[in-house]
Amino acid sequence: MRPRKYNSKGLWDWFNPAGRDVGGWAFMLSRISGLGLVVYLYLHLYVLGKLAQGPEAFDQFVAAAKSPLYILGELLVVAAALYHGLNGVRLVLNSFNIGVPRQKQMFYTALILSILGTLVFALRMFAAH
Amino acid sequence: MWKITYRIYRQKGEAPPHYDTFQVEVDPEEYVLDGVEKIWAFEDRSLTFRHACHHSTCGACGMRVNGVEKLTCITKIKDVTQDGGTLTVEPLRNFPIVSDLVVDLGPLYRKMEAVKAPPVHPLSLAPWEGEDIRPPKEVPTPPEGGEYIRLPDCLECGICISACPVAASDPEYLGPAPLAAIQIQGIDGRPELLALADSQEGVWRCHSAFECSAVCPSSVDPGWRIMDLRRQVVAKRLKTVLG
Repeated sequence: MRPRKYNSKGLWDWFNPAGRDVGGWAFMLSRISGLGLVVYLYLHLYVLGKLAQGPEAFDQFVAAAKSPLYILGELLVVAAALYHGLNGVRLVLNSFNIGVPRQKQMFYTALILSILGTLVFALRMFAAH
Repeated sequence: MWKITYRIYRQKGEAPPHYDTFQVEVDPEEYVLDGVEKIWAFEDRSLTFRHACHHSTCGACGMRVNGVEKLTCITKIKDVTQDGGTLTVEPLRNFPIVSDLVVDLGPLYRKMEAVKAPPVHPLSLAPWEGEDIRPPKEVPTPPEGGEYIRLPDCLECGICISACPVAASDPEYLGPAPLAAIQIQGIDGRPELLALADSQEGVWRCHSAFECSAVCPSSVDPGWRIMDLRRQVVAKRLKTVLG
């Protein structure tokens, strides 16, 4: 008899918000922010590669990086790094069975601190330009 | 009485899945399973679903109700919809579908066997009972040298596996219920389970979404137990390294 196919959407279920609880949202945001940071790492390496093309190429990029769109992109990186890092602390503590019954409150704390941190960065970054 | 719409997942054999809708008159105090039974009894005898005890002991009637895993025999209709509302009922995720709402729980049972999940265990092994459930206040002292035994909280309903996002991408992952079964026995009591718990498909595959604990109908709190098992595994490994 042919084995039956699993009723599963695979990796898509990592990002499917339907019916998820608080922990599931924390998991999802952690995946999205982590993937975002990986994409950023490669973009960063690409931009550093401009240095090898000479000062003019790099200056051209620096001029473009002052546009609000770039700043918004950098702000997303800040938000992703803050959330991913703070939620990571929550997960490390939980992994040693510290605060597991309070994991939801720990997630809210990580989220609020990430939002506040991002706002501080936003004010400073947009004020500087 | 309420008039509600049941939207039920249907799949037979290799045919592509679809949803059938049924208008059902229900008492809002009735349970989701009661409505499914009414549909089977009065509308469509080909509807396949599983149930037995009707009081959350057998764990047979796990389904997804409006996208959330529920034991349908204890899920009141008034808690998941309203008069004139719709209830979407689907089979559990991360198991093979046998027919309509019935899934093959065999993969879970095989894992429970692999972790030697006990059919009964000493009362002292489950002192932690969740927020609303406490052990009886006055348990008589057992006879000299004896120990009381009890049934485990886990119903083996598969709901935790269905809700787990990691189980969705890795069918080999032991999953919440089997890992909770290792935790309740303890690595000290069952050293032969250390390798299984400390394996690629064991405690380290869990990514702490805690969806298992959110949906567990029986206060097992598998998420907490997996984290405690991690602590046990790390402690055991450190003890080995440090002598």
